[in-house]
Amino acid sequence: MPFAGWRMPVQYKGIKAEHEAVRTRAGLFDVSHMGELLIEGPHADLAVNTLVTNDVSALEAGQAQYTVCCNDDGYILDDLIVYRLEEAKVLVVCNASNRDKIAQHFAARLPNGVSFLDVSDRWALMALQGPSAAAIMRDVGAPSAVTELAPFRVCRAEVAGVEAWVARTGYTGEDGFELFCANDDAVTLWRALLSAGRPHGLEPVGLGARDTLRLEARLALYGNDIDETTNPYEAGLGWVVKLDRNDFVGRAALRAIKEAGVDRRLIGFEMTGRGIARHGYPILADGKRVGTVTSGSPGPTVGKNIGLGYVPTALSRIGTTLGIEIRGKVVDAVVVRTPFYKR
Amino acid sequence: MATFPRDLQYTREHEWARVEGDVIRVGITAYAVEQLGDITLVDMPAPGEDLQAHERFGDIESVKAVSELFAPVSGEIVDVNAALESSPELVNEGPYEDGWLITIRPSDQGELAGLMDAAKYEEYLGTLDG
Repeated sequence: MPFAGWRMPVQYKGIKAEHEAVRTRAGLFDVSHMGELLIEGPHADLAVNTLVTNDVSALEAGQAQYTVCCNDDGYILDDLIVYRLEEAKVLVVCNASNRDKIAQHFAARLPNGVSFLDVSDRWALMALQGPSAAAIMRDVGAPSAVTELAPFRVCRAEVAGVEAWVARTGYTGEDGFELFCANDDAVTLWRALLSAGRPHGLEPVGLGARDTLRLEARLALYGNDIDETTNPYEAGLGWVVKLDRNDFVGRAALRAIKEAGVDRRLIGFEMTGRGIARHGYPILADGKRVGTVTSGSPGPTVGKNIGLGYVPTALSRIGTTLGIEIRGKVVDAVVVRTPFYKR
Repeated sequence: MATFPRDLQYTREHEWARVEGDVIRVGITAYAVEQLGDITLVDMPAPGEDLQAHERFGDIESVKAVSELFAPVSGEIVDVNAALESSPELVNEGPYEDGWLITIRPSDQGELAGLMDAAKYEEYLGTLDG
């Protein structure tokens, strides 16, 4: 299917089989569509810090963090993983659909003294995810620096003869790695990981299972759960906003939003009636529309139909009964604790 | 590769119909199953409801998407495959066997003549993208 200008497989073997492979063994994702921006120079961390809400300066070389990038009003332009590859070299990974927007936002606002490079078209990105990911890395001959990498750490390494940045990050709720390499090396690396992984039951995984995996782990999807009409506090991402450090775009607005308190929240729900909630379906309480489903699908591992959506704060408590309007019929749902799945 | 039994008749919406005495058994084709992927929910009306040919009578959902179900002929719903409520994957496993959807007592036998045979249906699929 076409996705942000890329041709991407929704599924290889089937969404359920691929989902199950990642939860119990391993899956390999080609996520080269993601945007990669490189910021280099002394104090690259402080430069990036002016554009994101989390605190990049808290990272040592070789560490990564999740963050969002907001506009002046405190609304979300994108969610990002920021990798401090080296002391003076920061990699920002953004969503494919936001790449041009974020690249322009960064290029226009980064302070002097750092260089900015959009390497999205030159870099490939693969994700190896699942409980067997580390064993597969070992079998493909990755050095111990890779197999022993801690969560949210990144290192430069040679894997299957390919020079790559390897990070212990992902978007599935499982242990795993993400590997950045040059486009020219991508096929070599993909094939090596696939063949080292086959004895472990590894499967290539498409966009369909990527979505069900991230939803069970309650990882936000930009364009569904967060966008320029949502702020980090109502999205449950207040933990990535560090107000007490050097200034950044949106800080004043975010401080005001935090002090005022939010009137709606992104909640997780599971269907108690028979039906599957989908993006855009109305959420009802006492017969009145109170919100909208932002993500919904069956959760193959949790064995329930689950979803996320915004509801008024008063209706966001765990155990609150809601209705989801599914093609004209109202089906019962209940607010539940998230993540739906935790390994 | 999807197969299309010779003894069935087919619609452009990818349902099949099989004459069984005075009723017509209805399901979705192997092509539809391939397109949908893992089926997780089948929503259908109760027996006794009257349907018009080409009328939507229910929905079928896979992990990723929702599709509508259309009646191949007019008539009264005699039976609904209750097993699909707890085991919707039966449609993936055997769309022409245990994964059938409903049976209809047709009100106009002539409508069956308007459906495609297997050869015509395969020809029709050839005109669709992907």
